[in-house]
Amino acid sequence: MAAHTPAPAAPRVRGRRLGSTAAGVLVLGVMLFPLYWMLNTALQPESGLLQVAPVPAGLDLSGFSQAVSDQGGHLLTSLVVSLGAVAICLAISAPAAYGLARFGLRGTRTIVFGTLITQMVPGIVIANALYSSYVELGLVNSYFGLMLADASLGIPFSIVLMRAFMVSVPGEVLEAAQIDGAGPLRTFVRVVLPMSRNALITSGLFAFLFSWSDFVFALTLNTTDDVKPITLGIYQYIGAHVGDWGSVMAASVLSAVPAAILLVLAQKYIAAGITGGSVK
Amino acid sequence: MTTATATAAASAKTTGTTPAPDPDRLRRRRRLTQWGFVAPAVVFMLLFFGFPLVRNVVMSFQHYTPRTFFTGEAPFNGTDNWSAVLQDALFGKALWHTLVFTAGSLLGQFCIGLALAVFFSRRFPLGGVLRSLILLPWLVPMVVSGIVWRRILDQDTGVLNTFLDTLGIGGSTPWLTSPDMALLSVILVNIWIGVPFNMVILYGGLQEIPKELHEAASLDGASAWRTFRSVTLPTLKPVITVVLVLGFMSTVKILDLILALTDGGPADATQTLGTLTYQSSFVELDFGAGAVVGNVLILISAVFAVFYLRANRTDGK
Repeated sequence: MAAHTPAPAAPRVRGRRLGSTAAGVLVLGVMLFPLYWMLNTALQPESGLLQVAPVPAGLDLSGFSQAVSDQGGHLLTSLVVSLGAVAICLAISAPAAYGLARFGLRGTRTIVFGTLITQMVPGIVIANALYSSYVELGLVNSYFGLMLADASLGIPFSIVLMRAFMVSVPGEVLEAAQIDGAGPLRTFVRVVLPMSRNALITSGLFAFLFSWSDFVFALTLNTTDDVKPITLGIYQYIGAHVGDWGSVMAASVLSAVPAAILLVLAQKYIAAGITGGSVK
Repeated sequence: MTTATATAAASAKTTGTTPAPDPDRLRRRRRLTQWGFVAPAVVFMLLFFGFPLVRNVVMSFQHYTPRTFFTGEAPFNGTDNWSAVLQDALFGKALWHTLVFTAGSLLGQFCIGLALAVFFSRRFPLGGVLRSLILLPWLVPMVVSGIVWRRILDQDTGVLNTFLDTLGIGGSTPWLTSPDMALLSVILVNIWIGVPFNMVILYGGLQEIPKELHEAASLDGASAWRTFRSVTLPTLKPVITVVLVLGFMSTVKILDLILALTDGGPADATQTLGTLTYQSSFVELDFGAGAVVGNVLILISAVFAVFYLRANRTDGK
């Protein structure tokens, strides 16, 4: 993954390499500046509507404590909803990916095709139709309703990603399990799932991120404050706290934490997921 | 795949748990079990993707009022919604903004993403670390990015104008508050969000290009630019198609970023088909009109989905 430092090269080449590193740092600085500014503004809660200093004078965490007391519950809601969405997503897409990769059922191609096609249906259009059904089913303003809707963001992606992996599981392994008398379900749980661990982790990470970042379903499928994820919380926050940018930005920082943690802990899965889930 | 079923049938014969099993019945049962793996996903996708598509078509011919959800009455009204929406000047504006927003975003994201992918293909210390950190803007929730930029682009106290002021150029640009500038600003922010995604996929594509191709080109004395144009780009073509089509499908429907930056304003300067669908249905509670706009949005996506499938087919997958 990371470029390993090559053996000592001629000074000129080494100089050019370090020049590239410097350019890379500059590019990164420009790309990440808005995120730095988010943190910087969060640490200057007294700046209000004034100009923000380039670096915080001290560690003023009052913006964060305000954000936690205002938005802590919404962060928790986001966590619960996202974990639920991940569970639903994996429970539905892992068996389907295996079935579509291995069983040669009639209609496999059509189903895979349909899975790809789902990417073109805009979330707001889905919400437009779901809303009235959710009203009839009593799923508006419910955790379960939002989990289901958010799971739909990850399911097609996960099926495509895991299927691409499961196609390459060696057939001998599956046959060996069958000869040992394992049925399809046991083969799947005992053999296929452990072998597909990385694909499962990658799918789970992305399902979590999709759900955590969801705004459209949070906005449209909730009419009260009962179930309010952090994305919706922050959006309504700017309306109500127009002079209090410090705590708005602190809440933004908190909402960006999962993304940062996942990137640090699972960068190889993230990169693999972006390329694998889109090109395959 | 037939071998799998053959061995399955064979093993079923040898391991037959029930005495003298009827092979036909066994095969049917096996098929049923196999469908059990796939069925939940098919049902889920039909409910959450198939049903909304059909439902939106039906809804676009129904008259919804704020009272509908209490009375449950949404009578059919022929093509009233369609003619009302298509004659509305705002719809034309939103359609135009959608196309400008999508084209501008894709162009910027792709060019910068490709440049960075080529740059990071060089080997240099810390290259891998820097490359993965650039992903952050893409991973942060889009609403949040929008809100952060809203503060940065503030006309009087935003850091961008402060910075331009010290350079002595355009220090009081009304980025989000003037109808002439707002759409451009939203495009610029979306380019910032989309660059990492483009970079990662294109970088992956560049890694797949066999080294010999470039070596052959340099042996032939081709310049770096010439090699890039005649070797790299043609080889990347399938990856480029995928990036652009996926980019198109995710950009054309963007709602959260625009709501967070401008709420569709000022003076509807940043209304797109996505925001208009939301506004018609969930703000004005006219779900019939929202369905019409949504259907137009889907039609535009469908055209590009065709391109996507073509691109996929060349992959042989």
